Amino acid sequence: MDLLEYQGKQLFAKHGIPVPSGEVADTVEEAVAAAERIGYPCAIKAQVLIGGRGKAGGIKIAKDVEEARAHADAILGMDIVGPHGEGPFRVDQVWIEGGSDIAEEYYASIILDRGEKKLLAMVSAKGGMDIEAVAAEDPDALVKRHVDPTQAFDAAAARSIAADAGLAEDALDEAAEALVRLEEVAREEDATLIEVNPLIVTAGRDVVALDSKVTIDGNALFRHQDLAEVADTVDDPHEQMAKEKGLTYVKLDGNVGILANGAGLCMSTLDVVAQAGGAPANFLDAGGGSKAEAIVNALEVITSDEKVDAILFNIFGGITRCDEIAKGIITASEQTQLQVPLVVRLDGTNSEEGRAILREANLPNMHEESTMLDAARKVVELAGSGS
Amino acid sequence: MSIIVGENTKLAVSGLTGREGSFHGLRNKAYGTDLVAGVTPGKGGQDVEGTPVFDTIKEAVTEAGANTSMIFVPARFAAAAIDEAIESGVETVIAITEGIPVLDMLKTYWKAQEAGVRLIGPNCPGVLSPGKANVGIIPAQFFDPGPIGVVSKSGTLTYQIGNELKQAGTGNSSIVGIGGDPIVGSDFIDILKLYEADPETELIVMVGEIGGDAEERAAEFIAAEVSKPVVAYIAGFTAPPGKQMGHAGAIISGSSGTAQAKKDALEAKGVRVGESPTETAAIAAEMLRSL
Repeated sequence: MDLLEYQGKQLFAKHGIPVPSGEVADTVEEAVAAAERIGYPCAIKAQVLIGGRGKAGGIKIAKDVEEARAHADAILGMDIVGPHGEGPFRVDQVWIEGGSDIAEEYYASIILDRGEKKLLAMVSAKGGMDIEAVAAEDPDALVKRHVDPTQAFDAAAARSIAADAGLAEDALDEAAEALVRLEEVAREEDATLIEVNPLIVTAGRDVVALDSKVTIDGNALFRHQDLAEVADTVDDPHEQMAKEKGLTYVKLDGNVGILANGAGLCMSTLDVVAQAGGAPANFLDAGGGSKAEAIVNALEVITSDEKVDAILFNIFGGITRCDEIAKGIITASEQTQLQVPLVVRLDGTNSEEGRAILREANLPNMHEESTMLDAARKVVELAGSGS
Repeated sequence: MSIIVGENTKLAVSGLTGREGSFHGLRNKAYGTDLVAGVTPGKGGQDVEGTPVFDTIKEAVTEAGANTSMIFVPARFAAAAIDEAIESGVETVIAITEGIPVLDMLKTYWKAQEAGVRLIGPNCPGVLSPGKANVGIIPAQFFDPGPIGVVSKSGTLTYQIGNELKQAGTGNSSIVGIGGDPIVGSDFIDILKLYEADPETELIVMVGEIGGDAEERAAEFIAAEVSKPVVAYIAGFTAPPGKQMGHAGAIISGSSGTAQAKKDALEAKGVRVGESPTETAAIAAEMLRSL
């Protein structure tokens, strides 16, 4: 689960990392009122879960109330596309904070290194720009050091990383302190990624986190009540509906609705549909149980997306029995009054029985296929090119 | 032979008195696995269909001779249960539980390393050695004994490929589900090492997916250390960046962890990568015939 910039900064403040004070606003009027309280110059920053906001015009400095109004008006409601084509993300909130007098811009992060199974601390004196580009052009400019999982990450360890990265001598102690506290945020808040870009040194030589990018482990939300509330809001209405029904669903752009049991099989089903020339509308893992109720819920979520022209159910029954799935499909197609063609592929435990049940029910608009590839070809043919 | 579980496995199931734990534990027993104990704190002295239950895994080791622990404990208590298993004296811990906080697993991983205990999972379907033992939730009916070792991040996708291998008339030495979490006790490389050393395994099928760099690391390892042929499959070519695709670990971060990068890394080292589960099984069966 990713946090918005201001939510990350609130977490930083909780752990004693200096951040500019500011206010969040949903409307232009609120934004202007906040700017008036904060004073000028102030920064008006789009709150979306994607990098590259500055380049996209989502961050502006206001020198007076007129500029504050104009910038808030321009930024609220704009769509921002990420550097890797993510999104677009609609801006629903802006964060207004006092302007900072920047002397130096650094980069600092703590991330979970999955391969090495350690937290990795990274610091660079070249902050304020795309760190992947910095690392590609000048690898030595980004100092990376793993945190020893058996020892406390102390100020001395942090200071040596900051010094090796070439940070200004008079900022080293404060930067090291910030890094120690970022590592504390990772451990205590279950963050798997914390990035501060830029971590600035002000003209007064204070170290301040001017931005935040924080990812919290969704599996740990049970012990973070405050963050769990943040997680309850999902941007996409289809994803919100799926979340309420307890389904693992990801909205995509195509017109072929997909349900499979198991995350790996579901990803594979999307790929096979794409190879057959189709465009998947979603990822939906029905999970291990896949009883009738789950199938009803799944069909409701898939068909709530109006772009869906045909649906593929790809089930490999392991513990789950295909005859139970078949009964679930019949109940669900009746309850949801399904309007689009449905292709069903049942394989694995009791697949013969399951197929017989479906044949007997003879549902209109339902097509049964015995292999995954045939099922993919069939659903793509039925979905057409989309319109 | 086979790897990780086999005729010598003596299994203790943490959570055997629970609904899932008893269902799968007893299924494993019915398959022929030597289920020697259940473990549930406070329920020591009871039994589950004749299998004695102990309060601690340590007792299951000293009293019942357990050498393998399976963890079927709810997520928020599971890391502590794995830690207990690591300290109990078993050789192998297989953690099925999904949803364990990753920073808990980080600590637990290093405990297992330090103790020299083999940890499989979490968030995995377990390990099956056809005809010998089954520890976990893999439906054994889709797998026959044979010369192909399978290692996979996914459950149902593996059953799909296993079933196609069976239909192609071949079978498996072992099937190892390493799990779909960002931090797992054993990675592809750990399992590839075991298959390379296993005389019954002639060919290896590796099933990966988006997220992390375990497949890229495996590609390097295969080129340097694996003499047996490896066929791979990668799921998630259509996954958008930044979205978690079901498994906690299945996420493309920025430009890293994509299916294409993994496929490219494997192919660069001479590993054939199937386009679909069906093609992957077909390539494996064909390569096996020409060995």
